[in-house]
Amino acid sequence: MTAPLLEVRGLTKSFGALDVARGIDFRLGTGDRHALIGPNGAGKTTFVNLITGVLRPSAGQVLLQGEDVTALDQAARTRRGIVRTFQINQLFAGLTVLENVYMAVAERRGAANDLWRPAGAHREVTGEALDLLEKLRLQDDALKPVHELPYGRQRLVEIAIALGSRPKILLLDEPAAGVPSAESHIILDMIEDLSDEIAVLIIEHDMDVVFRFARQITVLVSGAVLTGGAPEDVAADPRVRDVYLGEARHG
Amino acid sequence: MGAPPDISAAAAFMERRHRWRPAEALPWLAAVAAFFLFPDYTAFGTQVLIMILFALSLDLIMGYAGIVTLGHAAYFGAGAYAAGMLSAHLGWGEPLTGLMIAGLTAAAVGFVSGVVLLRYHGLTLLMLTLATAIMLQELANVQEEITGGFDGLLGISIDPIFGLFENDLWGRTYYWYALIVLFALFLIARRIVYSPFGQSLSGIRENVGRMHAIGSPVHRRLVTVYTISAGMAGIAGGLFAQSNAFVTLDVLSFARSGAVLIMLILGGTGRLYGAFVGATVYMVLEDELAKLSPEFWEFGIGLLLVLTVLFARRGLLGLIEDLGARFGKAKP
Repeated sequence: MTAPLLEVRGLTKSFGALDVARGIDFRLGTGDRHALIGPNGAGKTTFVNLITGVLRPSAGQVLLQGEDVTALDQAARTRRGIVRTFQINQLFAGLTVLENVYMAVAERRGAANDLWRPAGAHREVTGEALDLLEKLRLQDDALKPVHELPYGRQRLVEIAIALGSRPKILLLDEPAAGVPSAESHIILDMIEDLSDEIAVLIIEHDMDVVFRFARQITVLVSGAVLTGGAPEDVAADPRVRDVYLGEARHG
Repeated sequence: MGAPPDISAAAAFMERRHRWRPAEALPWLAAVAAFFLFPDYTAFGTQVLIMILFALSLDLIMGYAGIVTLGHAAYFGAGAYAAGMLSAHLGWGEPLTGLMIAGLTAAAVGFVSGVVLLRYHGLTLLMLTLATAIMLQELANVQEEITGGFDGLLGISIDPIFGLFENDLWGRTYYWYALIVLFALFLIARRIVYSPFGQSLSGIRENVGRMHAIGSPVHRRLVTVYTISAGMAGIAGGLFAQSNAFVTLDVLSFARSGAVLIMLILGGTGRLYGAFVGATVYMVLEDELAKLSPEFWEFGIGLLLVLTVLFARRGLLGLIEDLGARFGKAKP
């Protein structure tokens, strides 16, 4: 049996007496569409931070295609294909939309080490960045400073940058958060159109989005996996309802 | 079917971004014109050119990569002492190799300190840059057998450039020498800034967190540009030592680190030519105000700095650009 694309074993993170992740086991395979849900403070973003290397776990392992990447920093994991977007936009605010995406493509292709040839002479990088912008219907904004875009379109740039790193695993941290519903469908359509070669883990509060998108769901409560499985099973699970109705008293 | 026009416009923008604009000839024409217009000021002009180079080196790390430093004189001083001691102790007076050694020495100091310093950011980094320059200055003070200590390094004697061009009493030769060195290093800085590497420096300045997230080796990038910047500052220091034939502890001083920072902020950061405007305005003002009132020239500089940071956040050059844009719009 081949190793799964991403495997997380017993992932634990403590800040002093506070356990923000407790022995999480998790798997993601190529083409998976997985949603991570849970109440506020359940440790969803912490989990993403542990997978991507922003945080080092207190115990446990992260394996990418069977290879232990727990000791690698964030940048090294990105280069291996574990890529994320942020709940709050992390853009290069003063630069143009094109330059924002160029940045990620140039890093992935190694062009960013070139300190002599002009950036524009790397046509393959510009071309790929523009293809991504076209795919996300951002081409008209290519030369605008990204901070001049409306928030919904900035969210698209956030995703375009991540795609520029050509992820094997894409972790989307509330991709449609703060986007007016008139625009959020663009983001959701785009996520649905993502290649089957990419495994996607989405953190989302909006249950409509979760059930539309996910083929598997993991429920995180107080840093631990409460349950997981197919959407209909999770939806039927009384414990999940308890958590969402606020009847359970966790942490 | 060709690409839609907006895409090709964007692609064309990237391809043209680094091309020379006509206005870029202005500072160089001005530097040449200044030589003929102010024949009595060439020695002063040489010092302006040296400070432009020093400020330009700071722009690479501060304006582009966003590293704020209060100790950039460490590298200027390292270069100045390297060039000075080469002549004073080893009798090596050939100026071009002297400059190269000044640059390499400063780059080495920049690399070693950068590897450590650039692990930190914010206030910690600021204090560490300051401490680095203070420690180097104290080292130079203590090692007075080789540096001349507080009295300064004497006995520097520089050969004619290419064995042909002897410096004269008015420093005319050195004006051209400094201008050519500045131009050569400017060309290098300009290439770096418009390269993908330069683009990644802007990314680090704008959002270092995202740079990690897109797989950028941030520390390596910073150490690389810091080393290049230190080398450039060292060449400026080497020019300073050669043109003055004298080096004192002042080359490593906090005042010098502060002055170059003020020059760059006055001129405008992250735009290459800000160094030209800032260093020139600062030094001419310093010179003129000191004539008017030897005790209060710093007040004038201070006032200008306050006005700049309050009303022209992008520096004097940014102000000129804004006015130019407004003027250009008003007159179609």
